[in-house]
Amino acid sequence: MSSATAQRNSFAAVLWDYLTTVDHKKIGKLYLYGGGFFFLLGGLEAVIIRIQLIKPENDFISAGLYNEMITMHGTTMIFFAAMPILLGLMNAVMPLQIGARDVAFPFVNALGFWLFLFGGIMLNVSWLTGAAPDAGWTAYAPLSTTSPGHGVDYYVLGLQISGAGTLMGGINFLVTIVNMRAPGMTYMRMPLFSWTTFVISVLILFAFPALTVGLFLLMFDRMFDSAFFDVALGGNSIIWQHLFWIFGHPEVYILILPAFGIFSEIFATFSKKRLFGYTAMVFATILIAFLGFMVWAHHMFTVGMGPVANSIFAVATMAIAVPTGIKIFNWLLTLWGGNITINSAMLWSLAFIPSFTIGGMTGIMVATSVADYQYHDTYFVIAHFHYVIVGGVVFGILAACHYWWPLMFNRILNEKLGKWAFWLFFIGFHLTFFIQHFLGLMGMPRRYWVFLEDQGLDLGNFISTIGAFFMTAGVIVFLYNAFYSWFKQGPAPQDPWDGRTLEWAVESPTPYYNFKQLPLVRGLDALWLEKMEGNGKLAPAEPVGDIHMPNGSILPFLISLGFFIAGFGFIYQTTSDLAYILLYGGMGMALVCMLIRSLKDDHGYHITKEELEKEAR
Amino acid sequence: MSHDHSLNPETMPQHPEKATLEGKNKFLGLWFFLGGETVLFASLFGTYLALKNSTAGGPTTQELYGLELVFVMTMLLLTSSLTSVYAMYHMKNNDFKKMQLWLGITGLLGIGFLACEIYEFYHYIHEYGFTFRSSAFGSAFYTLVGFHGGHVLFGLCWLSAIMIRNAKRGLNLYNAPKFNTFSLYWHFIDVVWVFIFTVVYLMGKVA
Amino acid sequence: MANNTKTNEFHKEQNKEEMKKQLITFAAMIIFTVIAFLIVGTGIMSKMMAIPLLLIMALIQVAFQFYYFMHMKDKGHELASIMIYGGVWAAILTVAALTLVIWW
Repeated sequence: MSSATAQRNSFAAVLWDYLTTVDHKKIGKLYLYGGGFFFLLGGLEAVIIRIQLIKPENDFISAGLYNEMITMHGTTMIFFAAMPILLGLMNAVMPLQIGARDVAFPFVNALGFWLFLFGGIMLNVSWLTGAAPDAGWTAYAPLSTTSPGHGVDYYVLGLQISGAGTLMGGINFLVTIVNMRAPGMTYMRMPLFSWTTFVISVLILFAFPALTVGLFLLMFDRMFDSAFFDVALGGNSIIWQHLFWIFGHPEVYILILPAFGIFSEIFATFSKKRLFGYTAMVFATILIAFLGFMVWAHHMFTVGMGPVANSIFAVATMAIAVPTGIKIFNWLLTLWGGNITINSAMLWSLAFIPSFTIGGMTGIMVATSVADYQYHDTYFVIAHFHYVIVGGVVFGILAACHYWWPLMFNRILNEKLGKWAFWLFFIGFHLTFFIQHFLGLMGMPRRYWVFLEDQGLDLGNFISTIGAFFMTAGVIVFLYNAFYSWFKQGPAPQDPWDGRTLEWAVESPTPYYNFKQLPLVRGLDALWLEKMEGNGKLAPAEPVGDIHMPNGSILPFLISLGFFIAGFGFIYQTTSDLAYILLYGGMGMALVCMLIRSLKDDHGYHITKEELEKEAR
Repeated sequence: MSHDHSLNPETMPQHPEKATLEGKNKFLGLWFFLGGETVLFASLFGTYLALKNSTAGGPTTQELYGLELVFVMTMLLLTSSLTSVYAMYHMKNNDFKKMQLWLGITGLLGIGFLACEIYEFYHYIHEYGFTFRSSAFGSAFYTLVGFHGGHVLFGLCWLSAIMIRNAKRGLNLYNAPKFNTFSLYWHFIDVVWVFIFTVVYLMGKVA
Repeated sequence: MANNTKTNEFHKEQNKEEMKKQLITFAAMIIFTVIAFLIVGTGIMSKMMAIPLLLIMALIQVAFQFYYFMHMKDKGHELASIMIYGGVWAAILTVAALTLVIWW
């Protein structure tokens, strides 16, 4: 059935296939396409910001537009670029790594993707309707409750819709890892990337509801005249800050931990060594996640919580340096004495260690609550979080792209272009952000539209902008590489890196059922173990038999579309009664589709043994 | 293995709700979801606790709340928790008719609860002029209790959907997990209500 | 077949035992609830006494719900408990933040 669909090759058929797919590999690709698109948008916004700041009192864009740029850059990069690309990688790789045929809830998986995509589109539609959100990506009340126009409304609805999708994704990954590991794949034999997927899914589960509530409160205040943040009626705007950061700080770890997982895989593979201190790495991951939940108020040191609260959160924050340090040293010791191959994936990973460590060091500096009064809201903070997010997460994503590209797209990315992209981006990154530490220390505040001449800020800002151009060039080269490898490169062989983990044991290209027979896992680095002690192939854990597969469905797309339409209804019901049509129509559409999903039996279908044997021939 | 998962008393597993992988996944997925819901309601409780004294000249918690109706609502919801336990008891014994009966009673108790809640809100609005918009306390109160009420309403829709859908075909391994996840969800709603009647109403009355 | 019926009988017996425990749980919950409402309704206790007591009774009720009604005490609920306790931990932090460091 599904194989028949795959054989029809017209554009409409491919489109329909992707609209209805519940296959984790295709959903992973969709996440990458969607996230990649928003990454380019966010990057464009960043370049515009940097052009505005290239010289003192520049008037490249207006002050209002500048506010929209910084808000959209931050929101897009965190929620619609970094998160979905990581979720895409997890989707594409994690089930293969644990030896599963699919995720636990394929339908929900698809729904999560479409909710993310429509949320992202919703947010960006605001550019076309006249007012993008302009209250910063943190949307602090009362700035966000009093911001005129519909800009912040788009922020609220866009994040609410995509946040629901992320929550679903998190639960889905958790259940997949708990219930669907291959025989012999115990928890302590799981590759680190699967472990980090598990841990960040827990973080998603506990962090996103706080954002959901925060967004609801903001939505009610803006659209339905409630008084949560309205001081005149007894409201309190600090509630938003707490809810936002109770979500927001774990979110930082949701971003960085998968990157840690990626580097752990790459260092082990290209050093031809087992990951040093595997157990310590796992527990460090869990510890980071645990501590990461108790430090949110370090974003609020200057709010006035008092010395006791500030001290507690400062100490808790600094404690995170310990498990992170464990990780850094374990990576170094994995490299130590290894048979190292340096290719693009490895370059990004090697560059990550010093870059991220700089970000970590400045993290300790801003965690010192007393000193933070000096750093707060300056470019020092900007430099700090770009060092961890770009130097950690973006480097991780690009490393993962090079590493898993053969698995996902059946091509090996060109090495020469990969190295060009790396050096351009790496040099650009340090040019852009290193100098910002000093700009911040000299007192340049963040989120300012212009700066004045001859205050010692001119040269630094100029260098920073030049760096941004280098980064842009790097991204363009990478993008070119993706297309180049697709059209000019032949299909990748199976296991091109001489890999260690299960995802390299599946045939290339990956069959839609992943494993004909579920593999029997005998230890950590399952494939490597078989290469060293067996015949290089994983022993099957079951005879060839019927494989149960889920049916594709258009419903996830339609449900998300319904919420998307309803979102416009919510935004515009404040100004026009016609919007209620959208509101009720959209909600009705979503709910009816959910009801159909509930009422219609969906047993999936079976690939019979005969079909499997025929395909093998 | 048969693909239609139909059940008869002889081949009935002890836990029909967890006999298939799909059932196991649903079971675990719902529990994890409830873990997330805990944080969701905690955020709402926190907001309420932060704003409960921000009455902006309107009625205070002591002037507003009455205990009689809340007691009735509590009894309704607690009892509905027990009736859904009964329903699951009959599911495990593969007695579909009795399961439907107890689920039906659960639903009726839920409707009763919701009716009381609507009356309560109506009462506050018309007798006290206490609305969602009148103060930060009003916003927080209606949001917290309303979110819980919304969960009850969603639960009732869910319950009627699976009851009607499966009315004619009886219990099987495909729908047993659905009934079970519903009952877990319903218990969780009750858990939240225990905190609402304690933290909001009772503590509001003494404070 | 005969064997099957026997295990079935055994399961039924087990389920009955379980149901008995759940009924006792329910009775306890009702009693706790009535006591809670009586404390507040009659006003026999000072605020300092009443509030901790009310909270403790609520916690016991909730534990009953989770462990007996939702079977968290049974085998196969290890991860479910981990996630619920994780949620409770995050919930405590959230409530603490919003009650302790909001007004000053």
